[in-house]
Amino acid sequence: MRDATARVHAFDAATPRRRERAIEDLADGLVRWRLAWALARSDITHRYRGSVLGPFWLTLSTAVMLGALGFLYAKLFRIDPTEYLPWLSVSLIVWNVLSATVTDATTSLTSAEGVIRQMPLPYSVHAMRVVIRNALMAAHNLPLVVVVFLIFGVPFTWMALLAIPGFLLIGIGGFAAAILLGMVCARFRDIPPIVGSLMQVAFFVSAVIWKPEMVGHWEPFLPLNPVFAVMETVRAPIMGRTGGIVVWVAAFAWTGLLVATAWAFFVRFRGRIAFWV
Amino acid sequence: MALIDAAGLAIEFPLYHHNARSLKQRILASSGLRLKTDTDNRVVVAALRELSFSIGDGERVALVGPNGAGKTTLLRTVAGVYEPVAGQLRVEGEIGSLIDPAAGMDPLLTGRENVVLRALYRGMTEAEGRALADEVAGFAGLGDFLEVPIRGYSAGMNVRLSFAMATAMTPEILLMDEWFLAGDAEFMARASERLAQLVTGAQILLIATHDMSVVRKWCTRAIRLEGGRITADGPVAEVLGPAEED
Repeated sequence: MRDATARVHAFDAATPRRRERAIEDLADGLVRWRLAWALARSDITHRYRGSVLGPFWLTLSTAVMLGALGFLYAKLFRIDPTEYLPWLSVSLIVWNVLSATVTDATTSLTSAEGVIRQMPLPYSVHAMRVVIRNALMAAHNLPLVVVVFLIFGVPFTWMALLAIPGFLLIGIGGFAAAILLGMVCARFRDIPPIVGSLMQVAFFVSAVIWKPEMVGHWEPFLPLNPVFAVMETVRAPIMGRTGGIVVWVAAFAWTGLLVATAWAFFVRFRGRIAFWV
Repeated sequence: MALIDAAGLAIEFPLYHHNARSLKQRILASSGLRLKTDTDNRVVVAALRELSFSIGDGERVALVGPNGAGKTTLLRTVAGVYEPVAGQLRVEGEIGSLIDPAAGMDPLLTGRENVVLRALYRGMTEAEGRALADEVAGFAGLGDFLEVPIRGYSAGMNVRLSFAMATAMTPEILLMDEWFLAGDAEFMARASERLAQLVTGAQILLIATHDMSVVRKWCTRAIRLEGGRITADGPVAEVLGPAEED
């Protein structure tokens, strides 16, 4: 039985070869997807250990929130609940996936402190763990959309398949966020609460509970908000629309920017992570 | 072939989450300590300073020295956790590390499940991990406790499990911190036997310890660290002086 990692590790402080090491980290991390999967799965089973409903508590709490917000805001906005609730169900669930991923990303490295200081594991494994854990959580929530659509008789169209690239965008963005925020939050411990309050603001400004068309002539500017753009690439297809080219271009651009920033930080500061956590 | 080769190796810990300003004043007051400011004007602890040594096949090396001398830091650096700020380090051979017994262990999983998890950490598949678990079960001598979540384990049982896992993976370089001495006498005898087997081949043992009887019994060479520097390096008898009669 042999370790898959390189048998020889050499380091010369004069020539740190940062880029090569970062690429190696990603490649080694992907090879260990089994580890990321096992860790993510046990994260979820541990969180709900001994509870009867387990991860379905999340589904239930989303359902309660959906029922309460749905009827209240349908009244406030004077929209027909049968039209508003299906839309809100997609909206809330996609938002939950996004916000939980970002919140988890802030602790991706600090929560693995013990392991980081014990063995030279690729840091990308920790980021993958965050993405997989949140994908599993999303899988528990998505069936709720189907239930709501069935109740209100909203049809699914083939357009819904377009949500798959949208989910992939969230996954890639989540991975990059877990690397970037994980590093920044390990170094500066004030960042996680800042991210938390920003996400709260994002909830209200990103067209989660209100429909984009309600802002009238501001609507074209909404894709300037990365949260809105990325969310819309999943929400619009499930609702049977494409979302429009601008939204897609914006979502790709924002994700690209996030990935590029994360990569630059990762290449430059990867070697410092062990000292930060 | 196993080899650890260091030249001018240095590790500095930046003190991030402390009050740097008051620390700086203290340094100004007492110069010549290991606290210093680096080029970016940050307060750092010079944990290891200009270490040069070479450890080759079959050597069993003890790291000795007072608390805070840099023994564990050196183990972690050799393991590849910390990147040096200066100097070169070359390590050839697979590493088994016994630095922190709890790291990478999930307290809610059983002993057996933890072996599989550790195998995944090392890049193996789950099937390989299960095969390894049988091997570990034989050596750890935990019996039925292997099927119990490890949060119910005593310190000694944890040590048995970690030690069995680390050595079952037949590392070429075994790094050990002193905590493993928590095993009972029977376990220590078996561990000693196992280590002897391990280092008869082209393998290296690097162990940080305060227990001089362990050093004399297990090691062929000792490196004394003080204040992050090597102050003595050579055969055990030379570094520790002649054995005292107990």
